[in-house]
Amino acid sequence: MAAPVVSVRDLEVTFVGAGRPVPAVRGVSFEVAPGEVLGIVGESGSGKSVTSLALTGLLGPSARVSGQITLAGIDVTTADAETLRQMRGRDVGMVFQDPATTLNPVFPVGRQITEGQIAHGTLRREDAATRAEALLREVDVPDPGARITQFPHQFSGGMRQRAVIAMAMAGNPRLIIADEPTTALDVTVQAQVLSVLARRQRESGAAVILITHDLGVIAEVADRVAVMYAGRIVETGPVAEIFRSPRHPYTAALLRSLPRIDDDPERLTAIPGQPPHPGRLTPGCSFRPRCPVGHGRAICETEPPDRDGVACHFPGEAVAAPPAARPHAASTNTASPLLEVTDLRVEFPIRTGLLRRQTGSVRAVAGVSLSVRPGETLGLVGESGCGKTTTGRAIMGLIRPTAGSIRFEGREIAGLPRGAMRRLRRDMQYVFQDPYSSLNPIRTAGEIVAEPLRIHGLHAEMGGDAYVAGLFDRVGLPRAMMSRFPREFSGGQRQRIGIARALALQPKLLILDEPVAALDVSIQAQIVNLLKDLQRELGLAYIFIAHDLAVVHHISDRVAVMYLGRIVEESDKATLYARPLHPYTRSLLSAVPVPDPAARGGGRRIILEGDIPSPARPPSGCAFHPRCFRASPLCASTAPEFADHATVPSRMACHHPMEVAQ
Amino acid sequence: MNPTLRRLLAHRGALLGIAYIMLLAFTAAFAHLILPTDPLAQDLANTLDPPSPEHWFGTDELGRDLMTRAIYGARTSLVTALGAVAIAGAIGVPIGLVAGFFGGWRDAILMRIVDVLLALPGILFAMALIAVLGRSQAASLVAVGITGIPAFARITRAQVLSLRQRDFVTAVEAMGGSSAYTMFTTVLPNAWSPILVQVVILSSVAILLEAALSFLGVGIPPPTPSWGDMLRTGKGFLYEAPYYAVLPGLVLTLTILSLDTLGRTLARLIEDRQSAEDDA
Repeated sequence: MAAPVVSVRDLEVTFVGAGRPVPAVRGVSFEVAPGEVLGIVGESGSGKSVTSLALTGLLGPSARVSGQITLAGIDVTTADAETLRQMRGRDVGMVFQDPATTLNPVFPVGRQITEGQIAHGTLRREDAATRAEALLREVDVPDPGARITQFPHQFSGGMRQRAVIAMAMAGNPRLIIADEPTTALDVTVQAQVLSVLARRQRESGAAVILITHDLGVIAEVADRVAVMYAGRIVETGPVAEIFRSPRHPYTAALLRSLPRIDDDPERLTAIPGQPPHPGRLTPGCSFRPRCPVGHGRAICETEPPDRDGVACHFPGEAVAAPPAARPHAASTNTASPLLEVTDLRVEFPIRTGLLRRQTGSVRAVAGVSLSVRPGETLGLVGESGCGKTTTGRAIMGLIRPTAGSIRFEGREIAGLPRGAMRRLRRDMQYVFQDPYSSLNPIRTAGEIVAEPLRIHGLHAEMGGDAYVAGLFDRVGLPRAMMSRFPREFSGGQRQRIGIARALALQPKLLILDEPVAALDVSIQAQIVNLLKDLQRELGLAYIFIAHDLAVVHHISDRVAVMYLGRIVEESDKATLYARPLHPYTRSLLSAVPVPDPAARGGGRRIILEGDIPSPARPPSGCAFHPRCFRASPLCASTAPEFADHATVPSRMACHHPMEVAQ
Repeated sequence: MNPTLRRLLAHRGALLGIAYIMLLAFTAAFAHLILPTDPLAQDLANTLDPPSPEHWFGTDELGRDLMTRAIYGARTSLVTALGAVAIAGAIGVPIGLVAGFFGGWRDAILMRIVDVLLALPGILFAMALIAVLGRSQAASLVAVGITGIPAFARITRAQVLSLRQRDFVTAVEAMGGSSAYTMFTTVLPNAWSPILVQVVILSSVAILLEAALSFLGVGIPPPTPSWGDMLRTGKGFLYEAPYYAVLPGLVLTLTILSLDTLGRTLARLIEDRQSAEDDA
């Protein structure tokens, strides 16, 4: 093996601030060889990003770094600022999570891409434009000659991230550090960016450190994996081996807790508890409080495990045995619908000029019809801007629909006056995506959960504080936490408070808007299981809005796929995932990174061209036709009807549906 | 103890500011118990005396003790500041709350009124108002208060607009909460921190404006002691009694400095806390 590009020995990073020192990284060692892709996977607070910042010497003055980092022959921990500055851009390129903030909004993209090389003196100013154009071409940006003079706001999200990759690659670095490079992107765009990153890596022979929380992305592109937990690498090895036979209980549990589109267990195996705060670690093994293997064994409580490859006293005891897929009985729910939405439209006016005249409109929702029966879950899935959240909010009455009908228990509710809507709110509740912004920061958890009761004057009638305490039990929160404020809770716990609040009025329908998108993988499974339990116990109906096809697959009975304000396909879960009819559904499903390295490649992936168009200027005819691989001239002129398919029990809107294998 | 308050007290400048303002408020409130002298007691035998053991900062043209007058002057200043801030807040905050919460025509009408108020030069407006109402403490208090309305209205409106976008406000709507309920129990209690900063900053502006009005001779009528009035009279005796204006000038400067440091530190702490919350 060639000499490693980067080698890290016993790296420790401790943040000293106002309070106690916080050990973020506690003894991490790894190497990356030229041409190798090392995936570092971990949940928030595991120290993965801090490790990457330490590699490039970008940690702030409050960080105390010890150990040895050798990057391209430079000892990073002892080098002076000038050496480090030279190193960055020449030897290391960096791709950060959010392309919107990585690029400077006031300079043309082309100039930013070559800025580093000019500063390092490896490129002459007069050659910069040609070089920038070549770099953009290499990352598949269409029409790079015109693009180099454009500004970041003229680029779409996926295009920006490609420009950032071009920028990171500009100096032909030997190492590229990509920190959650596709987390901010939609799944079809993520597939494009990952393939560009992988191709550029092969072409340039650079080593890559890919940091992510997404095991699917790791399985897709990494050669080797390092799993981080509480500031340590708990397990490392070749990607195929780790996914096939994880030896550390954390890795095994993490793999089991993932919802997958290729498997359908009744329940997810959640990891109990939550990732530890780096400042409050237990002695011995940090994973012990959540570990299924070590419980009660003395050595786990006293000795921090320290072995090569696997940081566990009993490696190999926990085996990832994904429960066998069971054929699900098709949904037999034939009760009359609880909610029926017909041809719902929501348009937002675009006003311009001094007099704020309406010059156009954004068609956020352009004719959506759906129905939900009591006790069932309808998954509403789509990429950003497809109108799924607007649909949910319009049903909830938070946004006034422009047209269409919404019937709840047979009663028309679209455009109801405030007072009538207020009574209806008892039967229909909403759970928000961001548990950090959806709870009033100055109220205690108990007050927050009791608030809907107080608003409706039912607090005493429902049983007062005892009833609220019962809600805390129901969502799995200790009653003692009722007097705490939201900031004292973790993300998963806050989401539980949000759910308890939504349950307070004993609704029949919950609209769940990306309820697990902001949570760590191990916490996601807990919340998904909680939602399933609540549904079974209380007979709730859910509209589950999400972009994550795997989560939707796990929780839904029926799934509707949205694209640019319309539902393009709807069916029961098994049919939709097994026999997608609409080309968009088909490519969406193929773009999802599956946490199984064996499934990598295989030609199954359809990578969509281009980006999602703006709903202010939707394409003519079928909105999907500019990106569709089956489009014909008919698609550009006539919008397809949303109708039943001849042989498959699905409804879809396409002139040229995928052939059905009989 | 509230963590923001604790961090405020850990800041040396802010701590000194708070200590000074508290001392000033205390001496002003209990001046009649602490000081042996009457601010209005004339002693025509000892006019324009230089500093002496009896009169630490000398006497004025009517033989009144300058230190006593400066301390009683703090009463005038602080009462004016409190009253003016109360008036500005009581009118400005509800304007901003309604404008920001409902938007639309209510916002357009209310904020245009505020813009008009903002366009008037404060001191000219105050002088015009005093010309109508006559010179009195109440008149300067009202005049200074009205000039403070736009600041409160705008800051409250900005805060309400950003809170309106937060999910927990939408959540109350989704629960079926009325507009009044949402506004008063959810939005307003979350909007107080920048308003508090404004209270401190506006107090300093009010004190300065009151002093300016008195200095121009349209503020609080003599013989009530006032820093601005003392500075104006002292100006006339700059050669005979250069120490005349020292004390009122010093306390006025220190007061403004203290309030501004306090306001700035508060604003920064609140900003820090907000960004810490956003990061969380």
